[in-house]
Order: sequence, then structure tokens, then C-alpha cells
Amino acid sequence: MAGVAVSTTINGDAVEYLCQPDETLLEVLRDRLGLTGAKEGCGTGDCGACSVIVDGRLVCSCLVLGAEAEGREVETIEGMAHGDQLHPLQQKFLEHAALQCGICTPGFLIAAKDLLAKNPSPTEEEIRFGLAGNLCRCTGYDKIVRAVQDAANVMKGA
Amino acid sequence: MRYIRPLSIEDAVGELAKAVGPAAILAGGSDLLVRMKGGFIEPELIVDIKRIGGLADITETADGFRIGAAVPCAVLGENKALRQAWPGVVEAANLIGSKQVQGRCTITGNLCNASPAADSVPALVAAGAKAVVAGPSGKRTIAVESVPTGPGRTSLAKGEIVEAILLDKRPEHAGDAYLRFIPRTEMDIAVVSAGVNLTLDDKGAIKTARVALGAAAPTVLLVEEAGQVLVGSKLDEATLERLAKICSGACRPIDDKRGTIEFRRKVAGVLARRVAAIAYKRAGGK
Repeated sequence: MAGVAVSTTINGDAVEYLCQPDETLLEVLRDRLGLTGAKEGCGTGDCGACSVIVDGRLVCSCLVLGAEAEGREVETIEGMAHGDQLHPLQQKFLEHAALQCGICTPGFLIAAKDLLAKNPSPTEEEIRFGLAGNLCRCTGYDKIVRAVQDAANVMKGA
Repeated sequence: MRYIRPLSIEDAVGELAKAVGPAAILAGGSDLLVRMKGGFIEPELIVDIKRIGGLADITETADGFRIGAAVPCAVLGENKALRQAWPGVVEAANLIGSKQVQGRCTITGNLCNASPAADSVPALVAAGAKAVVAGPSGKRTIAVESVPTGPGRTSLAKGEIVEAILLDKRPEHAGDAYLRFIPRTEMDIAVVSAGVNLTLDDKGAIKTARVALGAAAPTVLLVEEAGQVLVGSKLDEATLERLAKICSGACRPIDDKRGTIEFRRKVAGVLARRVAAIAYKRAGGK
């Protein structure tokens, strides 16, 4: 099969790829483009490990077809740090030990980035509801919430 | 499999009408891709409707609101005018899934997926929403409650697409609300749910009322008798008691892992009372 030709923008870079019509954006990112930051947890939109931002909207890349990315702007975890300079959320996740096995972490970071972009001063409750689409089986969530709160304070000061 | 992205509703309808194998409409994909992944559907044709003009927009018209079939539920929540006019519809739409799912899922998809537990549908039915259906023989506008006919089944014919949902302009003293019972605090499927839409007269008595129940029968139920019992009242205790009894009696629920028949019947009545009270307050009733 010839596949679908897609031109899109990923983390600010123009990208072109061919994919099958039933291939998900997650599969394209990981298997065709080598962007393995987004993880496949459930593959059905329940766990958030594959979270990316498409045209300013937080989505599960497992529930988006690769073909749908035509002409869109996709942001993945790979675009979050600037070179060696970690994003404040990444820095605070490290400082607060907000990760253990790390599988859910890229999804949490992207979801938290989207949350703070829309609400720079979220309450604890807003953080917990806002991140309810991301599952973590290690941390118990508390350290993640603290890290997001701390990062929000740093980012407001910046 | 073929993926196409038509730019006009006519092209989309034409492609669906002439499709030989199974065909699927893709808007948000939050049901379709899960069903594909699970092997429940293997479409030979996927028609992505998001680039069709007008389908991704909410427009305010002289008659009310037109919500395009490809508008994500998150966008409903960000629309101040819609939130003010139809808070019950918006709160129901914004209960579906996570932030990630909200960025993709649509109320038209929620309607056409035809789950009895669809959160936005009882609110839409209570609101008297209409669906604009485009098909090979032209367009028709039908009540939303006539779209689902059973779990996973709709009245739509081959080649037909729901292109928009219509909500009326609100008169003075109007309010709607939606509540569902779930054992968690978020990210769950309704065990049973209720939507109520009221308009009041100048003295605060209920002038018109529509009551709908979710996850209580094979399709979302419009309980006309429940609406009638509210008319003329100011939601006194006796009226609320009768409302609850009618709603419990109207249920035809199933026993499953989420709840028993007995539980669903009981909770349908409890929710109807609570939702009616919220809608009444929103309408300005005291």
C-alpha cells in the first residue's frame, strides 16, 4: 500500500512522512520518526501516557490517526527542554522525585504544561482534576501535584 | 483501508453513500479509534469530517446555537454565550472523559455512538436539541432523541451524517442541568444520569419542563410524564416526590457491574429531583 503522505509540524520543525490510513499518530511518532518520548500505555485513551498537544489541544496520540496531523502543529515531550535547559516542570519533577519508573512522566509533563498554559495558578484540586487523564501506578500522585505547584510558582516568577 | 478528508458535506455524503464495505465517520475519534483497536470495527473507508466548512464551528444564529459535528467538547466549555444559555448541556459535555478526550470528543459523536450512558445526550434531549442530518436525498432536521435506536444503533441511513446540533435561543427565566452517578469523582461512565430543562413564568412557576434519563434503558429516555408533573409547580416537596416516583417507574435498566436494576431505579428518581432543583435555581426560581 502506498500510504498517506502527510506534511506537518512537530516541535517547530516541518516534517513529512508516509503512514498507513489506520496508523495512529503515536505509532507514527514512535516507529516512523523515532520520537519515543510519548509512550503507549493502554492504547485506548485511558492512561494519558501518549499525551501530545495538537494545535494547542491536549490529546492522546493513540486516539489520533497519523493522517489527521496534516497541516497541524504537534508538540511532543521532545520539544519541551531547550537543549540542556530543562523546562521548569521537568526540573521540578526531578527535585520532587515525582517519578519512579518514568513511563507516565512524558504524558504528565505534557499534560501539566497544557494545564499551566491555560491556568497559570491552579489550585491543588484543579491540578488533580486537570491531570485525571494521566495514570501513574508508582508515585501515588502526591509528588506530581507538589512538583506542578512548585513549577507553577517558578513560571509565574519568570 | 482508505482515509479521506473531504472539504464539503456533499462530497462526504457521496463517498459514504457509494462505499461498498464498512465505512466510518471520523470527528474526534475517541470512540471510533478505540473500537478499531479492539477489533469491533474494521472500516474500509474512514471519512474525516473535520475540514468540512462550518463543521468545526459554534455559530449563534437568530434561532439559537448551531454546534458543528466536529466541535470538540472542550470548545463548548470555552464558549461563554453557550455556557450561559445552556449550562446543563455544557456541563454534561464536559464530563466526558479526560482533558485529553475533551480535546477531541464531540457531542454529535456522543449522540451517534448511541451508548445509553452517553453523558451529553440526556442533557441534549432535555434541551429539546435538534440534529441536522445531511444525506443523499438532502437535509432534514430531527429531534436528537430519534437518532439512537438502541445500544450502538441509530436511525441514520447509509450515507447520512449528522452535521450539526441545534439548540434554541433561550427565553427569560430558563435553566437546565445534568447530573450523573458514578462511584469515582471523574473519568467514569454514568451508572445512571438525568437531565432537566425548565422555563418559568414571571411568578416563578414552571411553564415548560423536559426530563431525560441516561443509562436507564436501551436508549436515553425522554420522560414526558415527568415533565408534565413539574408544570405549574414551584418544585414543592410533593411535586419532587412525584417526579422521583415517575422517573424511577419509567426506567427499564439492566443489571451489570456498574449497578443493579433496583439501584438504578432508585437513583434515577433521586437524581431527577436534584437536577430539577439545580435547573430551577438557574432559571431564577426561588
